[in-house]
Amino acid sequence: MTEILNIQQLSVTPKNNASRFLVKNASLRLSTGKTTCIVGESGSGKSLTALTIMGLLSKQLTSSGQVMFQGQDISKLDDKAMQNIRGAKIGMIFQEPMTSLNPVLTVGYQIGEALTAHMGLKGDALKTRIAALLTQVGIPPERAGSYPDELSGGQRQRVMIAMSIACEPALLIADEPTTALDVTVQAQVLKLLDELKSRMNMAMLFITHDFGVVADIADDVIVMFRGEIVETGTREQVLNHPQHPYTQALLACVPDAEGLKTLKPIDYAWLNTEAAA
Amino acid sequence: MSEIILTANNLNKTYTQRSGRFGFGSTEIKALNNVSVQLKAGSTLAVVGESGSGKSTLARCLLQLQPFDSGEVLFQGQNLAALDKQALRSVRKHLQMVFQDPFASLNPRMRVGDIVGEGLLIHGLGNKREQQAQVQQMLERVGLTAADMQKYPHQFSGGQRQRIGIARALVLQPKVVICDEPVSALDVSVQAQILLLLKQLQQEMGLSYVFISHDLRVVRHIADDIVVMHKGQVVEQGTVADIYQAPQQAYTQQLLQAIPGRKAA
Repeated sequence: MTEILNIQQLSVTPKNNASRFLVKNASLRLSTGKTTCIVGESGSGKSLTALTIMGLLSKQLTSSGQVMFQGQDISKLDDKAMQNIRGAKIGMIFQEPMTSLNPVLTVGYQIGEALTAHMGLKGDALKTRIAALLTQVGIPPERAGSYPDELSGGQRQRVMIAMSIACEPALLIADEPTTALDVTVQAQVLKLLDELKSRMNMAMLFITHDFGVVADIADDVIVMFRGEIVETGTREQVLNHPQHPYTQALLACVPDAEGLKTLKPIDYAWLNTEAAA
Repeated sequence: MSEIILTANNLNKTYTQRSGRFGFGSTEIKALNNVSVQLKAGSTLAVVGESGSGKSTLARCLLQLQPFDSGEVLFQGQNLAALDKQALRSVRKHLQMVFQDPFASLNPRMRVGDIVGEGLLIHGLGNKREQQAQVQQMLERVGLTAADMQKYPHQFSGGQRQRIGIARALVLQPKVVICDEPVSALDVSVQAQILLLLKQLQQEMGLSYVFISHDLRVVRHIADDIVVMHKGQVVEQGTVADIYQAPQQAYTQQLLQAIPGRKAA
């Protein structure tokens, strides 16, 4: 188990307003073979953190701090150098399997693009690799000639996963990959991601707002609130013994399948006085 | 408590969908296949299922917002399909709906006061001043203020908009409210607020809810009875305790197993 990503003091601000922090002084480390979940509400900065790692931040935003990936600060790289890392060493899965695929290209072609670009695969070698990848994510290899609209939501997300792991990345970033899926499909996709992570010994950064998903897949958990990391720990620590008042309040809102819990909405006014104290 | 307020008997609804590469073919999709449900007065009936299971079609058919092929919907023993337009309109007062997407279901060009008051206007309930007073009272009940009446929907957060949607449904003092995924677009902290608000209003106003949801954790917290739908059919129905503790059908068991967070919890 080696450290693969080390983020130090990462901040994201709009270019025209440097005092408004969308992400503020976030520091985190990821290791191979481990799944780290970032949880938080909308607007907490979880997706921005992931986009910064990938160098995909909107042009209106700017970041500061260090993003050390395999010993190299990738936040300072130019677009060209970043292209060689993105898709090859860092894979990414997005939330919407319906909109992330190109509707006029076959899924086989779309999986093959990264293989040709980063590994120079062509012809039969490329076909064999595409078939192997589809099999790996549980789609019959003959579906390589299908168009996205011929596949179900779960299958499309599997295609996205095949694309993201095509070049055997060291780090996989998954931004709410199962939010748009039905629960039974979600369970299958989570299992698949977990298996792939172990088999390929990847580090996985998994962004979600669902504590149920965290409980199923996380080794480590990072909780974000208003752009800041408020708590970091193992799954056991964060879910069962949360230390920060926000984490405690957030967990108290999550309905459980047993219906034993009394739901308690977050009292933000209380939280503010608590944070000030 | 056990009086039945809303009943659906053997509802059938078929959609015709274009199929084939250029849409030349057509396939029939049975969105509702002999669906029968009963809502007890003052209770919450949850309809759960995955996308495409027919739960939203059922909601729309219950309100007569969509014609169905066969079957009947009885509200307090009255067959809604047999009513003429005017009679249906006056019954509709008692049947209201809360929609899923708080961003799409509020007219962006109308002030909140007008959105919430529109139902009172349409049904001609009270004079202008009384209507205003009722709107204000309802907004305060759902946790907004009188000042919010002058604002437009975009000035509110997702949770606040859902409160507006609830106020709009409840201002007519309905008996049955159909909630179609009312919390699935909301953050978990806001979701808890809205669930508690719905529960509180149910007790205060004696409402009966049909609660459409795909989230079995949410359903556990709000429902009294559950209907599980799959591919247009009711696979299983029963009380919350029965369904969660002793699911009979394989599909229900599969759904319950798939709830995230059960492994570690």
